[in-house]
Amino acid sequence: MKNFWQQYSRNKSAVFGLTILLALILLALLANVLFPADPFKLLGKPMEPPSTEFLLGTDSLGRSVASGIAHGARTSLLIGLVATSVAVLLGTVIGGLAGFHGGKVDNLLMRLTELFQTIPSFIFAVLLVAILSPSLKSVVIAIAVVSWPTVARLVRAEFLSLRKREFVQAAITMGMPSWKIILQQILPNALSPIIVSASLMIATAILLESGLSFLGLGDPNIMSWGFLIGSGRSILRTAWWVCTFPGIAILLTVMAINLVGEGLNDVLNPRLREKDE
Amino acid sequence: MNRLNYLLRRLLQAIPVLIAIVVLNFLLLQLADGDAVDVMAGEAGSATPEYLAQLRESFGLDQPWYTQLGHYMVNMAQLDLGYSFRQDAPVLDLILTRLVPTLLLMVSTLVLSATFGCLLGLFAAVGLNTWRDNLISIFALVSYATPLFWIALMFIVVFSIHLHWLPTSGMETIGAFYEGWDRVVDIAWHMILPVTTLSLFYLAAYTRLMRASMLEQRGMDYVMTAQAKGLPERVVTFRHILRNALLPVITLAGVQTGSMLGGSVLVESVFGWPGLGMLAYDALFSRDLNLLLGIFFTCACLVVIMNLCVDLLYTFLDPRIDLQ
Repeated sequence: MKNFWQQYSRNKSAVFGLTILLALILLALLANVLFPADPFKLLGKPMEPPSTEFLLGTDSLGRSVASGIAHGARTSLLIGLVATSVAVLLGTVIGGLAGFHGGKVDNLLMRLTELFQTIPSFIFAVLLVAILSPSLKSVVIAIAVVSWPTVARLVRAEFLSLRKREFVQAAITMGMPSWKIILQQILPNALSPIIVSASLMIATAILLESGLSFLGLGDPNIMSWGFLIGSGRSILRTAWWVCTFPGIAILLTVMAINLVGEGLNDVLNPRLREKDE
Repeated sequence: MNRLNYLLRRLLQAIPVLIAIVVLNFLLLQLADGDAVDVMAGEAGSATPEYLAQLRESFGLDQPWYTQLGHYMVNMAQLDLGYSFRQDAPVLDLILTRLVPTLLLMVSTLVLSATFGCLLGLFAAVGLNTWRDNLISIFALVSYATPLFWIALMFIVVFSIHLHWLPTSGMETIGAFYEGWDRVVDIAWHMILPVTTLSLFYLAAYTRLMRASMLEQRGMDYVMTAQAKGLPERVVTFRHILRNALLPVITLAGVQTGSMLGGSVLVESVFGWPGLGMLAYDALFSRDLNLLLGIFFTCACLVVIMNLCVDLLYTFLDPRIDLQ
């Protein structure tokens, strides 16, 4: 663990990303303490510019933008994390089965993966949410459904190469059941690339979520950054701050997560780093 | 001749994909509230009861699911995507009129982002770990992390509202009725912001790929041979490394088509660009699910076609590809 930190902290930009990310997580956790009122509550006059009372101004109805950003941080991080977890689970199962069994199973599952990669993902996500009607659950499902193929391909490739290794062959010869070999022998060795790609996927999931809620496909009862930007669109001419600040929040979050992901990659996949330099 | 055979074979391979997409469309239709005809006719009873009954019959909704799927596939094969009551026009006609603006947007974006992305990636790779490389990497990181729709709005604030340089929305000046070159200039003027917005995002991907690709090629044996022959570094970089490094960029162009169509939904809806994305946005708001499904199908077909083009292009660019 100490070794891990030592290596991680050698990458300055990764440390920078982690600092921003921790600050955002703190903001998300403290949203209810810092802004105890419901973020949908009308607190001031409409379209008040940033001031000491409303740090980042108010929107077209008089809701505090700062409060919206703090509560939106929760939504974005939560959806990013949950949707990515579902996608990673789905991708690992499908990719793992394909890579471990090979042959017909592999062929069939990879055709499915390719199909899902061919489909334009954002439009598919829009369609799914529109059909399932906008809610937290359908947004998570939509993001997970369009994100799993990347993991599946990665896991399949890892499983294919690990399966040929001696320790796995030994386990097969010993008569270990397949599920045990997959869970105890292969998966732990494939974990680091999965972690790296999952961390980068969280960033993509957050971008996707913001796009969906910008189009009005977010959960109507939950504050989110995309919703804030969408609601500020019509008053862009008079109140630039409503759109501007939530966008900066998205930008910082996605950038921070990408930096952390690259930092993790450097530590966990040292082979790739040497190739890159 | 070999190439023609190859293309035909790739075309045949695309057919199962298209069938799978049609089946997926059918499944999505089943997922929606109400039966397929309710979805097709839109809510709010804007269709006449006679038409609904006729539709139910033509779909055979009393039949088992596989018969229904059969009907659906026959309809789709005839490019009958249904009728949009909200827009009072056949879905196919609506899509066809919106296709050209979207293609215009996408092709411009593709050219702009690939060209500049390759240049930036090249500069970064040539000056590896210098301030230039770092600056380009930071730029790529930021533009990749920026939500498309947000940067679009920010461009409007700066360039349209404050500086009055560029129009905020639309494809042409309304009521100007330009003709000939004036019209071309007018459309180009309206294109600047949407194309720049879309390009910024995809530029990052090309830059990163090009940089990585250049670095990978530089470690190859043929480069060492070229250097050992005593060729100047400039010739090695541009004649040998660059040509090979460009190949993955073409693959990326194919892969990104789907994502770019998705991005165009956001960008077109912000800039009021009258393309497929804007149509999807309108369909979303009027809950015209059938129109949305039609757009989804069209976009998926566009991706398949684009991938075919990339495959074909590869056969010209990379002689190592086995046409058998």
